[in-house]
Amino acid sequence: MKRNYGMAYATPQALWLTVFFAAPLLIIIAYSFLRKGLYGGVEPQLSFQAYVDMANPTLLTVAVRTLWVSLAATIITILIALPCGYSIARSKNQAIRLFLVIVPFWTNFLVRIYAWIAILGNEGFVNQALRLIGFRPEGFQFLYNQGAVILVLVYMYLPYAILPLFSTIDKFDFNLLEAARDLGATKMQSYLRVMLPNIKGGVVTAVLFTFIPIFGAYAVPLLIGGKDSYMLGNVIADQVTKTRNWPLASAISMTVTLLTAVSVFLFALKKPKEQHIEKDIDPLGSSSPKLDAPQGSGSVPAGGH
Amino acid sequence: MKGSDVTVSNVSKSFGTFSALKDVSLDIHKGEFFSLLGPSGCGKTTLLRAIAGFEDPDSGVIGIDGTDVSGLPPDKRHCNTVFQSYALFPHLSVFENVAFPLRIKKTPKKLIGELVLKHLALVQLEAHANKKPNQLSGGQKQRVAIARALINEPSVLLLDEPLSALDAKLRQHMLMELDSIHDKVGITFIYVTHDQQEALSVSDRIAVMNAGQVLQVGSPQQIYENPATEFVARFIGEANVFKGEVLSRSGTLNVMNAEGFGEMLVDDETPVDVGDTIIVTIRPEKIRISDDKPSGRELNVVRGVVEEPIYSGFQTKYVVRADSGARITIFRQHANWSEGIPDIAWKDEVFLSFAARDLVIVEKNAR
Repeated sequence: MKRNYGMAYATPQALWLTVFFAAPLLIIIAYSFLRKGLYGGVEPQLSFQAYVDMANPTLLTVAVRTLWVSLAATIITILIALPCGYSIARSKNQAIRLFLVIVPFWTNFLVRIYAWIAILGNEGFVNQALRLIGFRPEGFQFLYNQGAVILVLVYMYLPYAILPLFSTIDKFDFNLLEAARDLGATKMQSYLRVMLPNIKGGVVTAVLFTFIPIFGAYAVPLLIGGKDSYMLGNVIADQVTKTRNWPLASAISMTVTLLTAVSVFLFALKKPKEQHIEKDIDPLGSSSPKLDAPQGSGSVPAGGH
Repeated sequence: MKGSDVTVSNVSKSFGTFSALKDVSLDIHKGEFFSLLGPSGCGKTTLLRAIAGFEDPDSGVIGIDGTDVSGLPPDKRHCNTVFQSYALFPHLSVFENVAFPLRIKKTPKKLIGELVLKHLALVQLEAHANKKPNQLSGGQKQRVAIARALINEPSVLLLDEPLSALDAKLRQHMLMELDSIHDKVGITFIYVTHDQQEALSVSDRIAVMNAGQVLQVGSPQQIYENPATEFVARFIGEANVFKGEVLSRSGTLNVMNAEGFGEMLVDDETPVDVGDTIIVTIRPEKIRISDDKPSGRELNVVRGVVEEPIYSGFQTKYVVRADSGARITIFRQHANWSEGIPDIAWKDEVFLSFAARDLVIVEKNAR
């Protein structure tokens, strides 16, 4: 008889996920339905107050801002990562280039954020350089605004987009680009109509790998952004550490998690629209062949919701 | 005649230190089925890619219908390519693959339907319009690639070893089909292959290439019967090659002292001088093998022992070691048995005979 050790192999992972993922999640869900303790924590008493508190115009503003900052940063990241992934895939020394993409991971996340302050700050490298070539001595205010937050977010998550894009582009048959050129497509058309549809999987992965962490960003808006750059992550942290409204923090967390999960699910499962031609083609082409194949251009992956 | 003339003038192309094309010149005529034949690495694919616009020659000019196309990108040239790997777009159906060039040109939808159907019919794939490339067999993929390359109605079709991925039977079949497509569309076909059988059977003319150079251009008969160099003789079909010094000459009849053979009569118009070292070839099917010693005018006869009889149905190939030392290959057709063909077997003693006029001088002043 064949023994099946599947369960034995799966148990440690299952335990790990239960203890460190499912259980905390359940605790947060539970907290969101409890009453707020006076100095933080919760009182063991059922309450929907947290969800009522969420209907708050300030929170809505932050939510909308979080969404657009995340979308903007994700789109910019993908647009930069595509040519990067392409050039790595086509280069002869892939290993060195991939290594260079990964190198920043060796430095702590926070240190890299502070590095940006050293670069863009009022006394930072850029301002000093500009002063040297004669720009205004008081310098420019690069930091503490939305643009700076997006810039640093793009920088932080670029490798997460480059790696999946590289690995799909690397498997792409570049002969197809030549075939497209041969058949009359311009360089741009050959990328958009032949390469993009064939690397769709990598684009979806890259979007998920960047959008999700950016949506929950906390440190970057806190350190790089101004008071207009607060994102949902900062609001949640403030509810836990400053305002000490744990149920509200839990409720916001739950809502964000749920929304992200649902939109990711929809985005990842969204099947490309199947090209279809009417089944019964008359080979001898009766007077008007009903061959209204849909335009092949619906191929660019639609953004998540 | 439809199609375009293609002229290649003094084209050279190097990749690093490797020179793929060395001063190549060719005149390909309107509507011709023209083959570029040579071993791998001889530059035939580079030449095709240069005509298509994928490679820029380092020097020289490529003209289509007398217009210099140098510097024109592939999408601006009126020629299309059938790629060795097919290069079908995996995300598009057969229909959409073939329609691709029309969609790029923004052809009206109704016209696209008609044209695609017409071209799918040309390659007998109407029934597979909805399939994706990965649902097709190799031969079907090849047909899609051909239909897709033809739909823009190019004046030149470039075929880069299009049949090399197919099995032998299918290859034969597709070759005949290509030939009939060529007859139907009437445009210029430039066909790259390393397979001499393919080239011989369908081409109007063939250019034999080696090491970046064109060695000979001619009809299949010219190339086969009258090879210009030893390489061409050996590359196309099989050839017996002899080397030796010219001892005497009267008219076109030479007497040479062939290595491993002895005195050999060679009837060839190529002017040679007494004392020249020449290389001559003869095709194996032009040599007669027999039990008894034949005689005749201007006939070379040698005695030998069969070293390898290789039976292959329609013929037997014999490799015979002549008493004088040369190894000679003979093809003997099994035309009919009433002739009373003696059963020639391994280690039999035989006579080989061949006419002086069947020998071809391929090189003179050889080292």
